Amino acid sequence: MTEAQIPFRCEDIHVAIESKPVVKGVTLNIKGGEIHALMGPNGSGKSTLVNALMGHPSYSLTSGRIFVNGENVTEMPPHERSRHGMFLAFQYPLAIPGVTVANFLRAAVKARVKDDSEMKAFRKTLLAEFERLEIDPAFATRYVNDGFSGGEKKRLEILQMAMLKPSIALLDETDSGLDIDALQIVSKGINTVVNKDVGVLLVTHYQRILNFVKPDFVHVFMGGRIVRSGGPEMAAQLEKEGYEKIEKEVSRIAEVA
Amino acid sequence: METNNQKTQTRPVVNVREDYQARYGFSDPDEYFHKAPKGINHEVVAMISKLKKEPEWMRKFRHEALDAFFAKPMPQWGDTELLNSIQFENIHYFLKSTEGTEKSWDDVPDNIKKTFNRLGIPEAEQRFLGGVSAQYESEVVYHSLREDLTKQGIIFLDMDSALREQEEIVKKYFATVIPPTDNKFAALNSAVWSGGSFIYVPPDTDVKIPLQAYFRINAKNMGQFERTLIIADKGSRVHYIEGCTAPTYSSDSLHSAVVELVAMDGAYIRYTTIQNWSNNVFNLVTKRAMAHTDATVEWVDANLGSKLTMKFPCVYLVGERAKAEILSVAFAGDGQHQDAGAKVIHAAPNTTSRITSKSISKGGGRASYRGMVKVYPSATNCKVSVECDALLLDENSRSDTYPTMEISSDDVRVEHEARVSKIAEEQIFYLQSRGLSEDEARMLIVNGFFEPFVKQLPMEYAVEMNRLIELEMEGSVG
Repeated sequence: MTEAQIPFRCEDIHVAIESKPVVKGVTLNIKGGEIHALMGPNGSGKSTLVNALMGHPSYSLTSGRIFVNGENVTEMPPHERSRHGMFLAFQYPLAIPGVTVANFLRAAVKARVKDDSEMKAFRKTLLAEFERLEIDPAFATRYVNDGFSGGEKKRLEILQMAMLKPSIALLDETDSGLDIDALQIVSKGINTVVNKDVGVLLVTHYQRILNFVKPDFVHVFMGGRIVRSGGPEMAAQLEKEGYEKIEKEVSRIAEVA
Repeated sequence: METNNQKTQTRPVVNVREDYQARYGFSDPDEYFHKAPKGINHEVVAMISKLKKEPEWMRKFRHEALDAFFAKPMPQWGDTELLNSIQFENIHYFLKSTEGTEKSWDDVPDNIKKTFNRLGIPEAEQRFLGGVSAQYESEVVYHSLREDLTKQGIIFLDMDSALREQEEIVKKYFATVIPPTDNKFAALNSAVWSGGSFIYVPPDTDVKIPLQAYFRINAKNMGQFERTLIIADKGSRVHYIEGCTAPTYSSDSLHSAVVELVAMDGAYIRYTTIQNWSNNVFNLVTKRAMAHTDATVEWVDANLGSKLTMKFPCVYLVGERAKAEILSVAFAGDGQHQDAGAKVIHAAPNTTSRITSKSISKGGGRASYRGMVKVYPSATNCKVSVECDALLLDENSRSDTYPTMEISSDDVRVEHEARVSKIAEEQIFYLQSRGLSEDEARMLIVNGFFEPFVKQLPMEYAVEMNRLIELEMEGSVG
């Protein structure tokens, strides 16, 4: 696979919030069709990492580089990163009162097409995605996340991902706040949208979602670093033993070093 | 060939990036049929009345109104500093640009035709309006009503023609809703009024397509004082839309209209305004409606532009089960004060009112909601709802709410909500992460904020309204 075909690569990412270091050197390579799970305890900096990768203005990237399809997006504002193929599914999606889902998606899709003729198929595509993701088309006329239940918000995130066709999808705790039924529906949506051209970084605290969305790689994230990487079996191990065991091992190693 | 040229000119400008200056800020050379000298006195009033060959009662009415104007103090509330900066002696109170009102577009003088072509008026008429009136300075220069509506007995005239052709009905209702003594600016309008619309809808007649008037100030230091009177007879329905613009000058103009609506038993009137004045216009308008038994009056009012707008559309609910709905939006940019709101008087039982106000302040602009709801003791079982929503786009901008409720009946259900919000950084980031630039993100949030208003407009106006909001967001106006 050539450089340009690798959907996502980040090198030695360091992030600070109000000059306090939170992410301390993260390197990831995510190929098309790969699902990477990033697991870690609360407060480990997982959300900070994905928000900073997307270009959140409150998080400053103190060093490191980000590549999407081989292109360096490190200096780009968030909307340029999006147009280059990055997508972030928010842990807490925001309400935009008065803006319908259809108009919002139209604006977002329009922002990335080269000429307006490509917009002709928009309605058809949108309806097709509603059907594919088993979402009620009445969603289209509701205001974005305004009065949505937790499950509806997460489904709308997946719908957006389907419409925007990213190369790399960062899913920030997409499982949080969902009951088991909602979790299954959302997981099904993720599996439907993900194909060989898109890489996924799935950030989660719990192993639960990984029963439905099967990762190819699992990374354990602690204290702003990836401390372990392995195959899908590691998720089950974590579930059984908890984060504490790894935490102890990591600190022992740190002491020795 | 001429017609073809016209057609290309009448296409509305679709380039959303064009600014106010290019689109509305142009002005025609100053060639007038009759121009009153600057300043206000009984001679000017006499001259206006004489030129219009008015009946004696109207001449008298004007002179008495002028005395009321002189006698009345400036309002002691609102933006008194700006109000007191109005130089009444520096304004032309009457400008006549043509000899009469034309019924055929081809007969309108070229320079004026060009102006309205640039504003897209004739095309709008062809496409979706039942009748059009175009006022240039003091007088209506073009007027038309679809033949089928004329056959239904609907009268839609400019106010000057109405006084000549329908004197009886004009005399019966004129100034009955807003007497000249109501306030200083209503008095001034009563003294020097010119132009405006007169509409009468016969009983049980439904005017299915909107009637429209367009008001344009062209000259410097001009005062426009149109007078509109709409009478919807029993069980009838009508929707009237008005739009307004003016060129950008460094010196001030004054727009002070009086609008009176009478909704008889079971009638329905919707009055929609989209005004987009340049930033040198004082816009001080008195709008009031009488709603009789089972009648509904809706004011749908958008205030963009102007230096100072003071406008509080009012409904007197005088008949049982009458309804008032007032939807007012304002966009206050740099150097602007939008003092807008609503007023409802519940004077009969089982009456309902709903006021929704939405304002945006940007770049140091100031938006005020000023509202008054009064319920008389006899008005039992009434419902009142007031909702004010203000959005501040930056730290220098300002929003104030001045709600007044005088409720003398114990049998009233009142809901009142007021909110002031800012656009959250997280909202912007959310939209940016979907590929919208920061400006596009703000624009989308602002459009969403005004959406409850915009969706009340006919489609063509909704498009225009969104474009005007976009112009304001670019801050290029003025």
